[in-house]
Amino acid sequence: MGEKMLMKGNEAIAEAAIRAGCRFYFGYPITPQSEISHYMARKMPEVNGTFIQAESEVAAINMVYGAASAGARVLTTSSSPGISLKQEGLSYIAGAELPAVIVNIVRSGPGLGGILPAQGDYFQAVKGGGHGDYKMVVLAPASVQEAYELTVEAFNIADRYRIASMIMGDGTLGQMMEVVEFRDEEDNKVYEKPWAATGTKLLRDHNVITSIYIDPVTLEKHNLNLQAKYKKISENETRVEVYNCDDADIIVAAYGTVARIVKNVIKTAEKEGIKVGLIRPVSLWPFPEKAFQKYADVPKAFLTVEMSAGQMVEDVRLSLNGRNEVHFYGRMGGMIPAQSEILDKIREILREAK
Amino acid sequence: MVLQEIIIAGFGGQGILSAGRLLAYAGMLGNMNVSWLPSYGPEMRGGTANCNVIITDGQVGSPILNSSTSLIVMNTPSLAKFESFVEPGGIIVIDSSLVDRKCTRNDIKVFEIPATRIASEMGNQVFANIILLGKLVAETNIISKENFELALKKTLPPRKHHLIPEEMKAFELGMNYN
Repeated sequence: MGEKMLMKGNEAIAEAAIRAGCRFYFGYPITPQSEISHYMARKMPEVNGTFIQAESEVAAINMVYGAASAGARVLTTSSSPGISLKQEGLSYIAGAELPAVIVNIVRSGPGLGGILPAQGDYFQAVKGGGHGDYKMVVLAPASVQEAYELTVEAFNIADRYRIASMIMGDGTLGQMMEVVEFRDEEDNKVYEKPWAATGTKLLRDHNVITSIYIDPVTLEKHNLNLQAKYKKISENETRVEVYNCDDADIIVAAYGTVARIVKNVIKTAEKEGIKVGLIRPVSLWPFPEKAFQKYADVPKAFLTVEMSAGQMVEDVRLSLNGRNEVHFYGRMGGMIPAQSEILDKIREILREAK
Repeated sequence: MVLQEIIIAGFGGQGILSAGRLLAYAGMLGNMNVSWLPSYGPEMRGGTANCNVIITDGQVGSPILNSSTSLIVMNTPSLAKFESFVEPGGIIVIDSSLVDRKCTRNDIKVFEIPATRIASEMGNQVFANIILLGKLVAETNIISKENFELALKKTLPPRKHHLIPEEMKAFELGMNYN
């Protein structure tokens, strides 16, 4: 491994994008992710890249559509209210099968809400916040190191499948500093993009980048192709961390920052003789259903902990399909679940399960 | 296992966040695992600031502290808010030139240093945070003096490097304060 640096999650994401060969950044500032824009404004000129502070989030996502159409690696970043504004563009990007990376450093909502961490955008990210039958790959780092590694990976996945990949963190991940160790060189495969609109030089037919298919037969075929692609991604790109789950009394499902809190709870619970396991989805879509199915019958119950009113818990329930109890504990509004609250909930569930 | 969970709290402008970042940076230079989490919420807009720093030779779990092994406070509201966070046997370092009441705990070690007054006498009030850090480091041994100096060199822009000898003097004053 190469250089070690103390960095904010936001800065690591920006640095990762540059290392991944991204040379186009379009964004509009919003707390708690503005450090990404600051970093890009500073660094893009040094690598002959393009930084544009767009006039709005809507403009930024459409600039992404343009740069991706020309075959470039391109990034836009925002936080919850700004990501809502980008949804139309994301649906068009899905329809036109364009590779792009979007970062959402989630803050609390709904509406303008607050600037503190939350996980209330899960549904929007994994179920499709825009219209139509589409999916994005959604990756949820839990550390600054992982924010770097997954951002590089997001660009590779985007190019490999011609799909939008989203990095979904929360305000804590964006603002915190940790040690990040950069690889000397990134494994950036160069993906041929014969479909890109790069000019025909009169040597080939036009490449048309579009999401409009007026003929229903053609459009259904397009949709079936998309679904086949999503199935392939589900098979190949599911990422999950399974921790301490063999013989667990209870398995907690949590992602991002909350999974870090749960890891502390695991240590404390151990001292009381309670064995707590953790299944941490790293890819929120595709969702790691198989990891849940593998451990379905092991614990007395499952508990999902989120900084939301209960969103990922639905996918945990779908994965387990009634094979075990699934409880939920969540905080909202920028409140972060404390270790003691999670442990209290675990004790309560286990008392009732006996 | 070496583990220090440190909360530093006070007003904006006292160098609360930068003190924490220096500590984390020096920890990294000492090959420790570290995390630094600043407050960035609405309380910051009201003028208070705090940060959570974890330095350990083990894995850093949650970067969000619900309790701490040590605490540096640079104003009265922060003492009220955080003194209950400190685990029994832990330490609190208080800037007694700014905090107008005593700590109510008797199961922890409390160090009162008039850091802002001492720093003013040195000619630069902004070194108060460094004096307090010096005391924390002397009591916990969580980082070395050498790595602290190196962290200053690595994190300060070159135009501020001429301040480093003064900062180290402040750091040593804190380390040796009785």
